[in-house]
Amino acid sequence: MITKQKRPKFLNLMRIHLPVTGLNSFAHRISGALLFLAIPIFIYDFNLSIKDVASFNSLLADFNSLPYKLLFTVLAWAIGHHLLAGIRFLLHEIEIGASLKASIIISWAVNISGVIIFLLVAGRIWL
Amino acid sequence: MSWRAQGMRAWLLQRLTAVYLLWYGIFFGFYISQSPVHGFESWRALFIHPVSNIATAVFFYSLLYHAWVGIRDILIDYVPLAYLRFFLWIAMTFGLSILAVWVSMILFSVVSL
Repeated sequence: MITKQKRPKFLNLMRIHLPVTGLNSFAHRISGALLFLAIPIFIYDFNLSIKDVASFNSLLADFNSLPYKLLFTVLAWAIGHHLLAGIRFLLHEIEIGASLKASIIISWAVNISGVIIFLLVAGRIWL
Repeated sequence: MSWRAQGMRAWLLQRLTAVYLLWYGIFFGFYISQSPVHGFESWRALFIHPVSNIATAVFFYSLLYHAWVGIRDILIDYVPLAYLRFFLWIAMTFGLSILAVWVSMILFSVVSL
């Protein structure tokens, strides 16, 4: 007789023990979503930067404002992590660093590098 | 392969655009480090030549397409309601298309043959 196995369903994120490779992948999505949201701002500012001297200069001045500083700080992590994790996935698909052991090591390296990039940029912006 | 970016085509183009974005970024960073930008004129000058102008357009199209596939994946995974998912997908496609047109206009306004 086939009985439906009662498997635990953890919707509480704190109870899910995500492996480091999973965290790496999930953070790639979060950072991707953040970068997606920044695209309109990016294009808007790109327009200002090449439109005329006045817009260029006022844009540079705006970059020192609080909202932009916060934005750059968040995007520093997002770009750093998304780029490095993205390279990891591309290499993984051509069988480079695809073993479990290598994946775990590279995932740690990427996750930590993302945080280090974040700290370096945050330090430059805020200190 | 269907006309929509389903399955294999989306998967492949997501990766090809990723590689282009990466190379553009590396090349751009290298170029800027070799000949630093001093103010508006030298910044704008980077995008005036047709080659760099088109390379930059391709950068933005790649970025928008790459984001389109990525957000589509997120919608498929996290929005179980079919109607809502379809609506968000349409909205995102529309929004990214507008951005593609906009960025084309921006770049076209500075190119000089």
